[in-house]
Formats: sequence, structure tokens, C-alpha cells
Amino acid sequence: MQHEQIAPSDLSAPSDLSAPATGQTAHQAAAQPEPVTLPLTRAAGCPFDPPAELAELREQQPLRPMRYPDGHVGWLATGHAVTRAIAADPRFSSRYELLRLPLPGGPPGPLPPAQIGDLTGIDAPEHTRYRRLLAGKFTVRRMRLLTERVEQITADHLDAMERQGPVVDLVQAFAHPVPALMICELLGVPQSDRAGFQEHAAVLSSPDAGLEAQMAALTALTECVGELVPAKRAHPTDDLLSDLTTSELTDEELAGIGGFLLAAGLDTTANMLGLGTFALLSHPEQAAALRADPGLADQAVEELLRYLSIAHTGVRAALEDVELDGQLIKAGDTVTVSVSAANRDPLKFPDPDTLDLQRKATGHLAFGHGAHQCLGQQLARVEMRVAFPALFRRFPTLRLAVPPEDVPLRDAMNIHGVYQLPVTWDKE
Amino acid sequence: MHLSIDRDRCIGAGMCALTAPEVFDQDAEDGLVVLRTAAPPPGLHAGARLAAGLCPAAALTVTEQDGAGSSPPGEQ
Repeated sequence: MQHEQIAPSDLSAPSDLSAPATGQTAHQAAAQPEPVTLPLTRAAGCPFDPPAELAELREQQPLRPMRYPDGHVGWLATGHAVTRAIAADPRFSSRYELLRLPLPGGPPGPLPPAQIGDLTGIDAPEHTRYRRLLAGKFTVRRMRLLTERVEQITADHLDAMERQGPVVDLVQAFAHPVPALMICELLGVPQSDRAGFQEHAAVLSSPDAGLEAQMAALTALTECVGELVPAKRAHPTDDLLSDLTTSELTDEELAGIGGFLLAAGLDTTANMLGLGTFALLSHPEQAAALRADPGLADQAVEELLRYLSIAHTGVRAALEDVELDGQLIKAGDTVTVSVSAANRDPLKFPDPDTLDLQRKATGHLAFGHGAHQCLGQQLARVEMRVAFPALFRRFPTLRLAVPPEDVPLRDAMNIHGVYQLPVTWDKE
Repeated sequence: MHLSIDRDRCIGAGMCALTAPEVFDQDAEDGLVVLRTAAPPPGLHAGARLAAGLCPAAALTVTEQDGAGSSPPGEQ
């Protein structure tokens, strides 16, 4: 699972997007800086900012050599333009078996190939085929039709929170269950199966589970979906999995895709809601602006996506020699893109380290870019556009119940977030 | 302004329909881009340009009327 999450999104595309070769020659090996290792540690007291070294690296050279935990020397992209170009360029592959893991804890050498149905770790034409079958199920229009249901689920959880607290853990009470329920309903996971699904999903987001346990949990999740497939074929209901049984997909592909969608829907928006609430509570003037003006919700969501960049790191491998930004990336080199650094690039976003819900944050790369750009992004937008304003309107006095430094951060995870967010409010 | 789309490149991410819904839509079946108008009125030009720049798959091409030719679908 860890490798399923490294790439921020389901990202490859036309080469005319790659940055044009600059005047300088790409063959300047002698002038090349020493390879760096990927900075992973966020500064104390800065839970929302990428590791500070990334900004220095971006300023020095937005694309530079990087040493991977297994010894491979590849590249690290930290600039917005170069990250966007790499994500859009089909000369860079997403196939897991060509990639070195940029984060410690993985196997030496390349990763195992993607399991069937895992869209993140494959290239065209295989990827295009799956994507074409799924894109129609996640359109802007279809996801907006879910707004009312999201509002209802959100209201139900806010009611439960009010009865339960204060104090409550916002992750358990709100951030996790709202998107979990939505993806289960969308896919058509029966009520009786949801607890089991969530148990496996919890392993995927556990700090203590190793790569092996996570892989096992993903397999278990896929098996659970696999058991649903024959039932959906026999008695189709009004849901995505039933819909897909009428396509050309095999039972094995359906199980794989179902497991992939479930995993992607369980651990992403949940972390945006948890970390996003923490960010808004830490910037009360921004939370007040959102509470006062519901019309701000759309751009607030984009700014939170940019500012937090929870899927902070993506990975590609060069299929051929590529000249980019005056550098020569050799065929076989792994390229890591720091989405969080790209989204804080001052060349793209003025005053990038300030959370400003009034800004137009369009063009951020939080959902990735290129052919693998997040399939579920329009669902995530609807969920956040409903959930954030509803939470702050229901609890106008919402605040942290612990000092900010005591909020446990998902520092070691490839999707950033908080494990718990104890919150309190004034009871009327 | 003249717009054209490339459905072979399109991945159905929906950025165009989100950004300029008066100009772009998504096919209800396959999610791919549908052009609502190839020659949007001036009031919609900025939105159309922004959408073309945001497209993750470079599937939208804007040709400005002044004969400046095809603007590459890059960053807005």
C-alpha cells in the first residue's frame, strides 16, 4: 500500500508540456551538486509546512540529483513548473517495477509491479483503458449530485459529535467516517461489511504497520470486494460496482479496482479534513472568514489543498534520456517530485507559506497532473466543500483541546495528516 | 477565439467542466470532454483559457482570433 500512496494521484501525457530545453547544455556532469537525500522532517511547531530544506533546495536548483535509500542516484524535483512538466510527460513512467522508493523502509531495488486494478502503478495503454471505464463515474456533474447525501452524512456526524462531547477526537468523530461512508455507499459496500473493510483500511493508515502488513491489508480489502462482485453481477444495485459489472472488466479486475478505489477514498479526504481543521483552528481569522461567507468554500478548499499538499511526494522513472531544466535525466533514473515543495513555489504562488483562503490557488498540484491526476478529485471537492463550512458553522467556538504541539502528526506516512485531533467547544 | 478538443488525450479529470462550465462539459457515459461552444463569447474567454492551461492532459487548444495561431496548452 505504501507504494500505492507514494504517487499523489492516479499521473503521464503529452510531451509538449515538458519544459523546453534551455540554452545551456545538459551535459554539465562536472558542475553537478552532490546528491541530496529526501528531506522528511518537518520543523517543530510547523505541522503544515513541508520540511524546510525543500525550500532551500528549490531555490538552489528546482531539479537536482538525489540519493535514494537503496543507493540509487536519481533526481528530486521541487519547483512547480518542473514538477508539472514531469507529471505530464509520458517519457516518465509510473510503473512500480521501474521505481525506487524515495522514502526509507522499502525493498532494495525497484518495487514489485502493481496488483491488478491499481491504477497508480501502470502506464498507457493499460492505464488509459481502466481510466476510460471509470472517468464517467466520477464526473463533476455526478459528484455534485451527491452533495445532498454528503450534507446529510455530515449533519448526522455533527449531531453525534454534539451529543458525545465536548471533548471529542475530530478524526474519529468526523474526518474519518464522513468520507469512508461516502466511498462505501458510492461503491455499494453493504452496511454489514463496512466494519471489516474499515479494519483493513485502518492498517493501511497505521504508523506501526510495516510495508508487509500494509500489502496484506490491501490484499484483504481486495478480497472483500472480490466477494461482493458475484452478488453485484447477480443482483445489481444502484452503485458503482454494480455499474461496472456490465463493462468488459473481469471479476479479478473488478475486485482490484474496487479495492483500489476504496483504499484511495478512505485515507485521503479523511486526512484533508483532519489536517485542514487543524490548520483552520490555527488560523482563526481564516476560519472566521469561511464561517462568515459560505461562498468562499470552493476557493477555500483549493487553498487548503495547496497549502497542505497531503499527498506530498510522487515518483516516476525515465523511460528514455530526457533533457529537462538544463539537466540530462538518463533512462532508468527515478525522479521524485515534491508536490508539497511545488505547491509552495513563490514563482507560482506569491507569499506561498501563508494560508490565505482569499487567494486563487488554482494550478496547484495537490491532485497531481498528467494522465494520473486524481480520479476522485471531484468527489473530494464536494466532500470538503460541504464538510468544512458545516463544521465551523455548527461549532462557532471550536478549538483545540490540547496544545498544538501535542497533536500527533502522520510524519512517517506518505499521506500527511493527524492521527487524532482533540477538539472542544462552548456548550450552549 | 476558437477552441478545439482532443478526446484521445482527454482523461476525464473534469478540470475544464469545473473551471469553465459554460464552455466545457463531460460526457455522461465516458466522462470525456464535450465542447459546448467552439467559439465562446468574449465574456467566457478568460475562463476558457484558464481551463485549457489547467487541463492535466493538454487536451484543449485555444486559437486566438488575431491569427496568433495555436496557443500551446501550457500553464495559464
